[in-house]
Amino acid sequence: MLTFIIRRLLWTVLVMFVITVIVYIIFFKTPGVDPARAIAGRNPSAQVIAEIREQFGLNKPLPVQYALMMKSLFVTRDLVSYSNQGLKVVPEIAAATPATLSLVFGAAVIWVVASIAVGVAAALLRGTVFDPLLMVAALIGVSAPVFWVGQVANMITQGSLHDTFLFSWVPPLGYTPFTQDPALWFKGLVIPWITLSILYIGLYGRVLRANIIETQNEDFIRTARAKGIPERQVLVRHTLRTSMITFVSLFGLDFGALVAGGALLTEVVFGIHGVGFLAYQGFINLDLPTIMATVVYGAFFIVLANALVDIAYAWLDPRIRPT
Amino acid sequence: MATLLEQVEVGAGQQSGVVGRNPWALAGRRLWRNRVAMAALGVFLLIVVLCLAAPLYANNVAHVNPFPPNLNGHTVVNGTVVPVMQQGGGTLHLGETPIGPTWDPGHYFLGADSVGRDVAALLLYGGRSSLLIGIGSAVLCCLGATIVALLAGFFGGTVDALLSRLMDIIWAFPVYLLAISISTELLTHSSGFQVGPVHVSASSLWLPTVIIAFIFVPYVYRPVRGQVLSVVNKEFVEASVAQGASNLRLVFSEILPNVVSTVIVLLPLIIATTILTESALSFLSIGVQPPNVSWGTIIQDGTDLVYTRPWVSLAPGLMILLTVLSLNVFGDGVRDALDPRAKLRVEG
Amino acid sequence: MTGEPLLEVRDLRVSFRTEDGLVQAVDGVSLSLSEGETLGIVGESGSGKSVTMMSVMRLINDPNARFEGEVLFKGHDLMTLNPEQIREVRGTGIAMIFQDPMTSLNPVHRVGKQIAEQILAHQDISKQAARARAIDLLAAVGIPQPAERVDNYPHEFSGGMRQRVMIAMAVSCNPDILIADEPTTALDVTIQAQILKLLRKLRNDFGTAVVLITHDMGVVADMADRIAVMYAGRIVEQGTRREVFYDAQHPYTWGLLGSIARLDRPKPRRLATIPGQPPSLLRLPEGCAFGDRCAHRFDLCDERPPLLARVDGNHLDACHLEPKQKKELRETTIHPELIGTAE
Repeated sequence: MLTFIIRRLLWTVLVMFVITVIVYIIFFKTPGVDPARAIAGRNPSAQVIAEIREQFGLNKPLPVQYALMMKSLFVTRDLVSYSNQGLKVVPEIAAATPATLSLVFGAAVIWVVASIAVGVAAALLRGTVFDPLLMVAALIGVSAPVFWVGQVANMITQGSLHDTFLFSWVPPLGYTPFTQDPALWFKGLVIPWITLSILYIGLYGRVLRANIIETQNEDFIRTARAKGIPERQVLVRHTLRTSMITFVSLFGLDFGALVAGGALLTEVVFGIHGVGFLAYQGFINLDLPTIMATVVYGAFFIVLANALVDIAYAWLDPRIRPT
Repeated sequence: MATLLEQVEVGAGQQSGVVGRNPWALAGRRLWRNRVAMAALGVFLLIVVLCLAAPLYANNVAHVNPFPPNLNGHTVVNGTVVPVMQQGGGTLHLGETPIGPTWDPGHYFLGADSVGRDVAALLLYGGRSSLLIGIGSAVLCCLGATIVALLAGFFGGTVDALLSRLMDIIWAFPVYLLAISISTELLTHSSGFQVGPVHVSASSLWLPTVIIAFIFVPYVYRPVRGQVLSVVNKEFVEASVAQGASNLRLVFSEILPNVVSTVIVLLPLIIATTILTESALSFLSIGVQPPNVSWGTIIQDGTDLVYTRPWVSLAPGLMILLTVLSLNVFGDGVRDALDPRAKLRVEG
Repeated sequence: MTGEPLLEVRDLRVSFRTEDGLVQAVDGVSLSLSEGETLGIVGESGSGKSVTMMSVMRLINDPNARFEGEVLFKGHDLMTLNPEQIREVRGTGIAMIFQDPMTSLNPVHRVGKQIAEQILAHQDISKQAARARAIDLLAAVGIPQPAERVDNYPHEFSGGMRQRVMIAMAVSCNPDILIADEPTTALDVTIQAQILKLLRKLRNDFGTAVVLITHDMGVVADMADRIAVMYAGRIVEQGTRREVFYDAQHPYTWGLLGSIARLDRPKPRRLATIPGQPPSLLRLPEGCAFGDRCAHRFDLCDERPPLLARVDGNHLDACHLEPKQKKELRETTIHPELIGTAE
């Protein structure tokens, strides 16, 4: 088991390395963009540009520049933004992380509970009218672009119905740290949570329902019933226990992707300054340090999530445990 | 392990002379009988036709060219001539607000956007872009992923290991970040760039198409490779080899048909995903570029008008919703028809 | 042995609605089973043998299934019981083991836990006591080192061992009836013999009545007291083991017997086979279901032959032929070297 973990870790490092190299090359292969010029600001003189080049080490060979950036990203952590003068990128990301985590954790709680309810209900109510109704609702959730749903939510909660009792409690767009004002933190996140989870409730509800129905056809469910154990126990201990394996692994991957910055659309629409928002700003401004840092942050979480899911899967399904 | 009923049915089916009926024909028949899935397909095709007819609408019905700004234009509402951009908008009543929906197909049916353009006409043209990119990238993605999966599954060993690691790395890139990186990178070339003998302009629809196709290759690669491996390991392939079948023949006669059904089930779902992805990228201004429009760019344009002229955002969003929903429903029907006990993951 | 049978199936009919039409899986089956008796049900795939016994235990959950008839267990009609009552019967009154032990055991739970689960569902004892009982059961079915293996997962056992685990689980609550649905079909021939031996031992030790479902006449040859032969959802012959093997009355049974290779007779040039295929359960013929494949069909066979005792009080068959004719034709249907003589 130990070698398994060590191998995974080494693989993680390798993947991160490759990703950073790829990102670096992508952004430096463009002759049209000159970072020195971007840093220099308005109408820079040739001398200023040359100084900046010297200062940021932009006239050194590519591998050296890369090494320097990696050093300032990981070791000294004083990597500085190109577009935002003097702004240290790493602390910036650290400061933005709580916003992203708040958003993603809250949404995850809602979506896990709701999708289990939807999936189980649809499977149990199969044959009645509720099953297709639930599935259509789930499909709609999956089919609506999340940023548009957010906009529509804003339309309603911030716009037309804002003054009614329904939504007057909704604060203006933005994120309030928990430590600053817990009530406002909560109120400001409710609508974003619901928006983000709609997509996943649809997705996971459908997946779980399909898995439950498939599992119910398995022979060991028939055996369980033949043993005369209560139906509820058959459902939980046999059907769900098996169906949830897929659910859990999918959840791990999606959750990891969201924490890694995948929630950026929601963050942008609701003005939540999380890591995704930061990444987006970095891309728009072609701010390489920010881009690099957010990509590294994101890749790390995705690879971590992958590894955790593999381990969880082995724990849930004894057949694939490395013996 | 077949269920009891299936064993009974198989027995019944074999005896009624159904044995030997083409499984594709069987699936097609089942799909045809699925009213809901066929209705969904109908809706999707209707949308495609409508969007393809964008020039027809713009020229013959609405009589507009929706692309250039039209700040000083006029239109007819209830017989009176009104300016497209109305004075007195905003909280201070000092700005301009575009006209709202007139519900008159000939005159700014859905109103105007922030630079006075006809939203309804834009909507149809935008649909063209979104659908072209969505379908094109999905097809490209499936083609690419299938080729790679065939190579990996068939040759196995180091080739498989190498390709799968490569796919893992692409997968590890946070999906949107990867698309955004490449998009931003390529789009800084405002004059386009050279790909061999071809000059690709920065606003070409090919850019988002290829990018989106690329990022979803690992998604399709995994299930297809799994299918290739399971077929390669089956006894009948061994039998074919024992009979002296050549590699290429094997691929086409044995492996490909099995793989095709996997891809066919995935295709509607992938198209749904690519359409959503394109709209997200365009919304973030790193997908479709001006002068082209897509549903995503229209939603972006409508962001400032969300509280005053909501239809500018609502309309394209509803179109996306309807298109993707119909694809999902149809995709479900295809999956049910081809394999009533499908074990494929539902992609969202 | 009391007079009243333990299990009595009366005119059971089971049909399934499918997109191609109505499939009649069981078409009027009547059986009875006495305490301690072993009944063999023989038939090919699709004959309805499994559906019959699964219906007895009400294990068919298909919403498209229709059931008619009565199933009396100790005097109570199982078809009319509510889910809670049926749950009580399962495991303690009637237990069932299935064909494929790999897919019939839950792969993510340890075997000890699965055995204990059944015990705990019916008996009010502690978890430790249930676990101890599970270990005892594993020992009783011949699993070596039961105290360690009780914590293993199903995939850590071989096929034969897994079937033993299934058997241990099934007898854990001392059922009155054990239904074994093709228990050896998925196993090697040598393991088959071991499993059958185990079943015999348990039956003798506990006096359990056994219903042995199989397509293989050889399996019931040693163990069954009575045999019922099923074809196309109907019983075509029913009698004691001796009667069915040595005085078979139905052409289908002759075919089954003829296809067995025997060591105590000269080797035939070719084993006899029954030409053709069973009829589609979607469109059962009006008359005798076996008619299309029967070499001895005549005009009466257009009417469905009733299951009657034509030779002996308890030896039933569903064939219009006269018993005298049957005796003669039996010789020509099965190779002469392979016929057993009635004694």
